[in-house]
Amino acid sequence: MKCFAAIDVGSYELTMKIFEINSRGDIRQIDHIRHRIELGTDTYNMGKISHERVDELCNYLLEFKRIMNSYKVDDVKIYGTSAIRETENTLIILEQIKLRTGLTVNVLSNSEQRFLHYKAVASKGEKFETSVSKGSALIDIGGGSIQISIFSEGKLITTQNIRLGILRMREMLSDLQPKTKDYAKLVEELIDNHLYPFKNLYLKNVDIQNIIVVDDYISHIIQKAFSKDTVDAEEYKVFIKRFKEKSAIDLCKEYDLAQESASLIPTSALLLRRILKHTGAKRIWAPGVSLSDGIAYEYAENEKLVKNRHNFEEDIISCAINTAKRYDANDTRNQLVESIAMTLFDSTKKIHGMGNREKLILRIAAILNDCGKYMSLEEAAECSYTIIMATELIGLSHAERVVVANVVRFNKTHFVYFDDISKEETLTKSQYLTMAKLTAIFRLADGICRSYKKKIESINASVKDEMLNINVICDDDIVLEKGFYDRKAKLFEEVFSVKPVLKHKKKVMGI
Amino acid sequence: MDKSSLESYENYYNRELSWIKFDERVLNEAKDKAYPLFERLKFLSITASNLDEFFMIRVASLEDMISAKYSKKDIAGMTPEEQLKEIYKETHNLVSMQYNTFNRSLLPELSQEGINFISCHEDLTKQQAEFVDKFFMEDVYPVLTPMAVDSSRPFPLIRNKTLNIGALLSKKNGDKEVEFATVQVPDVLPRIVIIPDENEKVTIILLEEIIEKNIEKLFLNYNVLCAHPFRIMRNADLTIDEDDAEDLLKEIEKQIKKRAWGEAIRLEVAEDIDKKLLKHLKSELSVNDSEIFKINGPLDLTFLMKMYSLSGFDHLRSEKFIPKENPRIPQGKDVFECIRKGDILLHHPYETFEPVVEFIRQAANDEKVLAIKQTLYRVSGNSPIIAALAKAAENGKQVSVLVELKARFDEENNIIWAKKLEKAGCHVIYGLVGLKTHSKITLVVRKEEEGIRRYVHLGTGNYNDSTAKLYTDIGLLTCSEPVGEDATAVFNMLSGYSEPMWWNRLSLAPLWLKDKFISLIERERDNAILGKEAKIIAKINSLCDKDVIMALYDAASHGVKIDLIVRGICCLKVGIKDISENITVRSIVGEFLEHSRIFYFENGGNSEVYCASADWMPRNLERRVEILYPIDDEKLKEEVIHILDVLLSDNIRASFMQKDGTYEKIDRRGKVSVCAHEVFKEEATEASKKTDTIKDDRVFIPRERIEVF
Repeated sequence: MKCFAAIDVGSYELTMKIFEINSRGDIRQIDHIRHRIELGTDTYNMGKISHERVDELCNYLLEFKRIMNSYKVDDVKIYGTSAIRETENTLIILEQIKLRTGLTVNVLSNSEQRFLHYKAVASKGEKFETSVSKGSALIDIGGGSIQISIFSEGKLITTQNIRLGILRMREMLSDLQPKTKDYAKLVEELIDNHLYPFKNLYLKNVDIQNIIVVDDYISHIIQKAFSKDTVDAEEYKVFIKRFKEKSAIDLCKEYDLAQESASLIPTSALLLRRILKHTGAKRIWAPGVSLSDGIAYEYAENEKLVKNRHNFEEDIISCAINTAKRYDANDTRNQLVESIAMTLFDSTKKIHGMGNREKLILRIAAILNDCGKYMSLEEAAECSYTIIMATELIGLSHAERVVVANVVRFNKTHFVYFDDISKEETLTKSQYLTMAKLTAIFRLADGICRSYKKKIESINASVKDEMLNINVICDDDIVLEKGFYDRKAKLFEEVFSVKPVLKHKKKVMGI
Repeated sequence: MDKSSLESYENYYNRELSWIKFDERVLNEAKDKAYPLFERLKFLSITASNLDEFFMIRVASLEDMISAKYSKKDIAGMTPEEQLKEIYKETHNLVSMQYNTFNRSLLPELSQEGINFISCHEDLTKQQAEFVDKFFMEDVYPVLTPMAVDSSRPFPLIRNKTLNIGALLSKKNGDKEVEFATVQVPDVLPRIVIIPDENEKVTIILLEEIIEKNIEKLFLNYNVLCAHPFRIMRNADLTIDEDDAEDLLKEIEKQIKKRAWGEAIRLEVAEDIDKKLLKHLKSELSVNDSEIFKINGPLDLTFLMKMYSLSGFDHLRSEKFIPKENPRIPQGKDVFECIRKGDILLHHPYETFEPVVEFIRQAANDEKVLAIKQTLYRVSGNSPIIAALAKAAENGKQVSVLVELKARFDEENNIIWAKKLEKAGCHVIYGLVGLKTHSKITLVVRKEEEGIRRYVHLGTGNYNDSTAKLYTDIGLLTCSEPVGEDATAVFNMLSGYSEPMWWNRLSLAPLWLKDKFISLIERERDNAILGKEAKIIAKINSLCDKDVIMALYDAASHGVKIDLIVRGICCLKVGIKDISENITVRSIVGEFLEHSRIFYFENGGNSEVYCASADWMPRNLERRVEILYPIDDEKLKEEVIHILDVLLSDNIRASFMQKDGTYEKIDRRGKVSVCAHEVFKEEATEASKKTDTIKDDRVFIPRERIEVF
């Protein structure tokens, strides 16, 4: 039995949830404490979080610490989201918090945050799997933006961030509101403008059956109004019509919601209704989870208290493959590079000492390595880098995404050393080393792949006497590129002090 | 029925006048010969102390309104002036009824029982007079502080509620000038003095008579022209602007000291008081004629409560009822284990309050307990609960206590033990700005093998082991998870954190409770419209919230059957054509103070039962933190419904509101007498006998219903 505290330093609220996780992996929430503190207002308006707010934040974190002690929690994880992320003085604030409270706040990127929401939903287990086995859209409604993740046949196809957050919409329309009678119509127009492109790009070949909604308001209203967490789209549409007759304050009362959220309820309700219309979904599932639930699930995973009910790596991979497809970069050659890279990675484990997570990163790099060609053949590497950095790969942390992008970039361009790269990237030394190792392996894989015109039958490699012996069996002759070693294998030798030696075996025909 | 016709003034009673009717009902009990004599003394004493409080709070507040030129009409359309006029008229009637009862029925009956009450010192025998004079010189004289008034000495401060003797004097050396003097009847001495009697009867004289008899001894150089007792009542409504008070605690301490200084709003004098003396008092205290009460008998009847404890005479008192053990939670058992077996309902005072004390006591010493959180409102002087909480803090548990300092008249007491708790290491919250915390809730968080488990006690009464012997209350002990989650949320809110995203089972005032009640009432109305059975039973102390009354009228006019058991103030009228013909109101006044708040809603056959700390008063619903909790357990729900059934069948202690607003007892001819308090006593006694038989058994034997019809 573990007692765990998850703290979410949000834009408008500081919340702590206390969980109990037993050895069967059941996660039970036992306390939920919220304090309204508008860090976001400071960050978004002034760029910085003011001294007074930091003070308030620290005082409440200390208070939270006292509550944690009273529950005798085993561990705590604190995540800051956009308000902390986007403030100019992030590092200073994190250090202040650390000094004053002894607590470490980790900053989540948008994709990490969304991934935790996603994990929170996935932690619902079977219900999640059944839901995504058909076409499903996971709608994560936030203050600044919404995240739409599309699933098909149990796999994540894509995930997109659209700047249609409910707070943002409210702010955008706040000037107009008094002048127009039909606020709802305006909201709908705004939503539609953003949703059309998304629909055209991503929903053409998917039949969306279910909407999974993660938010702070509508999920709750649905649960309360229907006494269940799944409703038919038609039921919902009928239900929402009542909203027009009631004031937001009345709705808050009716559903026991905090009154401070009154103004956000109609917008959330409309947003969901438009999404239903555009996707043609038949059902809504509102599991009622929040970031803290995801944090707890992640913790339980790391502590090996829950077995992965859902394979999140598959999601990342399928998401990468779909991205590659979009840029016409998913040909057989690409798949070959991927498989060679995987073989090399596995057979050099002893010398590189990296684990499954790094292998996944390498794999993602391999999948995405050619996508830049879609834009420019000349500067494919730089373009790939740009595409990767601009693509949300849910499940990868921001740092991991930087590693992927650089592995792809340095496959083809001059490798840059730490002192120089740290000027443009926010990699730590260890992240940099991971990147260097993966680049070395990937370059080698890419080089081997390019040396054959026909299909490679099989490949194996082993390290012996400071040599990496790579045996390739192929029906074809090897066409070693000019300068293969210099361009593709030298970095490997430099990074691992092991010289790669390519041994070619022609496939023996017949018996 | 449209809203405006429900709203009209004529459909409501003024709350103050309704309160006076309540005091009259208490007085009726003092007249009821079915009670032993001393019990009747007690009721009379209660009417007197009630009236004192009524003047200090309600009359004072109306006086304040008038001086602030506030002229808004009340629920019944009366301005403060109009109310005050009626109040003085009615209270004068009430007081004369009190003394009629005292003089015409209680005094003669006391005398029959061998208790001789000497109303004026002139009636003493020579021997008794000697005794009294000796007593005066030895015991009384040393503690008296006579004060004379002349041009150099201003009129002294007469303390609120104290009994004084005013006298007019003239100097012995011929100067004809009349001077005023006053002496307070010391409250450090007992007011009832037993004096020897040759007939072996008990003879009693009041202290003020002894002082009056010996008054010349206080003013040796003067001739005492006359001497008479008087008593004043001052404005004591405590209003604090919390936003301005830097430290709430200090402010209240200050207010307590100030309290005695308020403006006089009632002057009680003996009927035969000297005219000049009265004139003098009237001008010095600036009271008008209606504020003067001429009393035919001893002033301040609260001394009768002391007389109740006169030793001997046990036959003149009701047999003291000892609260019984609830078989579900016998003494010496692990409270937590008992609660885990299922929710437990405690019906005080029929069932003992001990399990609640034991709950906290065991929690304080239980290794597995992490935290104890509690709201405390009125606590007894030497509270075992406070001791247990302090112990818990010393044992390293996290103890959070919300202490309500604004409990009327109890502030001084509350501050003392709040400081005591703080010293022991408890986290003490001194109330909420702008709100009084009236809810009774205790949360014990326990770390068990299967994880955190929360135990909750919810009550309708106070965490006061002494009043729990006199007040009827309902308490619920549960470890249900939804209630536990809500309880945690309640304390998070009381500690200043945001409201929870939602509530599972509890409803809280001031944010949600009123709407909850209204929507429950409206649901009955809607069911009635649909032709379903619709019924509401509510048992409360007071009903004066207009929104609730309107909802009730609306529901009743659509056919909802509404039975109200309202002990005190009730602004609702019964029998208004097409509005409240479906509503009955009854008030039960008896041995115990009806204090529990219970609500029953038919809900189309799927009945719901709730208990709460709140009355249907604006102050409960809008300015206090109150909790409404459902009784979810089917068996316990039946028990509570049974309690309501018994109360509704009472035909001894219940008075029924008539169309004209008066209350009358029912004509019992041809009916079996039912006294709810007696039925509950018997039931609790019967049930407690079963404790022994089930102590070693894990199977519970449900309490059997006692037929009341």
